[in-house]
Amino acid sequence: MGALVALVLLNTISRPSFLSITVKNGQLYGSLIDILRDSAPLMLVALGMTLVIATRGIDLSVGALMAISGSVALTIVSRSSSPNRIGTILVAIGIGVFITLLFGLWNGFLVAVVGIQPIIATLVLMLGGRGIAFLITGGFITTITSTPYAQLAQGHLLGLPVAFFFSVGAIAIVGVLVRKTALGVLTESVGINPSASRLAGVRSRGIIWSLYGLSGLLAGLAGILYSSNIMAADANNAGLNIELDAILAVVLGGTSLAGGKFTLSGTVIGVLIIQTLTSTITFLGVPPAVTPVFKAIVVIIVCLSQSKRVRQYLGRIRRIRGAKRPIRLSGLETEVLAERKTV
Amino acid sequence: MSNTSTVNTTPSGVLKNGLRRKMKIRLSWIPVLAALAILILMLIGGQVHFGSFITPAMLSSLLVDNAYLVVLAAGMTFVILSGGIDLSVGAVMAFTGMLAAKLLSVGVPVAVVIPLMLLAGALFGTLIGVLVHFFDVQPFIASLTGMFLARGLCFVISLEAIQVQNPFVLRLQSAQLNVGSWYITPTGIIALVVIVVAAWVLSYTRFGRTVYAIGGSEQSARLMGLSVARSKILVYVVSGVCAGIAGLILTSYTAAGYGGNGVGTELDTIAAVVIGGTLLTGGSGYLVGSLVGVFVYGVIKVLIIYMGADASWERITIGILLLVFVVVQRFIVARANRN
Repeated sequence: MGALVALVLLNTISRPSFLSITVKNGQLYGSLIDILRDSAPLMLVALGMTLVIATRGIDLSVGALMAISGSVALTIVSRSSSPNRIGTILVAIGIGVFITLLFGLWNGFLVAVVGIQPIIATLVLMLGGRGIAFLITGGFITTITSTPYAQLAQGHLLGLPVAFFFSVGAIAIVGVLVRKTALGVLTESVGINPSASRLAGVRSRGIIWSLYGLSGLLAGLAGILYSSNIMAADANNAGLNIELDAILAVVLGGTSLAGGKFTLSGTVIGVLIIQTLTSTITFLGVPPAVTPVFKAIVVIIVCLSQSKRVRQYLGRIRRIRGAKRPIRLSGLETEVLAERKTV
Repeated sequence: MSNTSTVNTTPSGVLKNGLRRKMKIRLSWIPVLAALAILILMLIGGQVHFGSFITPAMLSSLLVDNAYLVVLAAGMTFVILSGGIDLSVGAVMAFTGMLAAKLLSVGVPVAVVIPLMLLAGALFGTLIGVLVHFFDVQPFIASLTGMFLARGLCFVISLEAIQVQNPFVLRLQSAQLNVGSWYITPTGIIALVVIVVAAWVLSYTRFGRTVYAIGGSEQSARLMGLSVARSKILVYVVSGVCAGIAGLILTSYTAAGYGGNGVGTELDTIAAVVIGGTLLTGGSGYLVGSLVGVFVYGVIKVLIIYMGADASWERITIGILLLVFVVVQRFIVARANRN
């Protein structure tokens, strides 16, 4: 029932903005594709965030990690003698993402082993990470010219943006990982009750640890995409506030911040909602700086719809209105009633 | 412990029990003292390394230049003590500053503008508090909403910075009271007053003690018959009003209102409060600690300028310090639990 309310709400929120774009723009094809392309970094980050949040955690460092991976990769490309070779690009991406993986594991170490609250453990890197990115780039905005690197975010493959394939790939891999193996169930059990699941033989420590690592890795990839889009490593602005958008997308998708149950498809929808919202607002001619107001309104609506108090209130109204109709019983209730009659 | 249950009336036993009680009180002070120790160490280190580091002018500037952060940290301490968190303070500070700059520029008198700033801060606080308490929204998300709302509304007022020319507001920063080489501005005095009042409220009023009780255990506080609902909303209102005051200080400091002001300040504030020894889980911490935390932050900034090091080290150092303090706290809590 609760999921139903949330779903109906999600649809009513997502549909009008989707529609408004198709109607007003006239070139639906183009703008929808833009949304798919531009949402790729947020999609990667939000996927990792979903799993971290499912363990009752949160990862505030993703934006800073994006800055780090972009800085590392672009510094390597800019220093190399052959910036257009595919090999160079792969090495640069590999090292950039590997470093953020290590930082992600560091977050996981603080949370799972040292036992620091996730908000604070990841706040450390959120504050320090951008400083590290600055040190890597030497305080400058490193720019490069490399055709293959630019293709990552700007290129097309089979008529679709390359960045889109990154999103789809990440969704598929993470989806298979959590739904076709036991990882998803174990994550949920850790999120619902860490000590109980440990007593039940779940290695909660290792799971939490590796999920923060995964979040770091995905953030690193997002940073690569971001830097490829602007062909520059901007330690100040790369992934700025993306942690907030990602958390928002996860919550919009219906994953509770209290941990436990999570939904990857919900997060995907959440990301698309945010990206659509952003592009709709831009299209309507509202200055992008005002966008947060609309986000705030969406969050308030969604949070209220998930809150127990509002649901009880709505339930009461429905009960009063529906009082004349015969009450529909679930299968179990009918059985119980039947049993009572026979007794 | 087994021996605490038996009352020991011998003189040495009384002394021991008294000592133990004192030690117990000390336990929650340890993080504050550690922060103070680090602050003093950094000051001495600076003095040894640079020769003339500890000067009255530098120490005065610590308070004056960080006055807005001191005020924000005071409000944040209330929220964190109650077990919550307030991410909206930086944006609300920017919004109230923007509001003031706009109203002043169209000729509204200062006597109306300043109360309006505080009211605006209080309204944001109320919104967050109501979301948190009545609708069970997590403080993190509720205050995030407040942050988005305030940040967006800044730019609804104006996309550009608005200059402030009101002499009263400007004098809050430019007027200086000099004692020898020490100086203080009205903004510095405001910050000190806020700290003193807030410390008094936390230690000696029913509301203050309720905040500690809620942070310790909300359920217990409710079962004790404390006004949990009112206090939980009130901490966010306090934080909002503090953000309003900080907005006034910042407007006076920068002589302008700008929507991009104070981005990331909420994190600096949280870091300062945590470095100052307040437990993020709530229920333990002191306002003095937050003041020390802000000063630690301020000294790091000054040290980095003195060393001519890259400004990026500021963030890295804060990150590392935060880490060290959180780990230390973690061990203290673990130890307290064992006892």
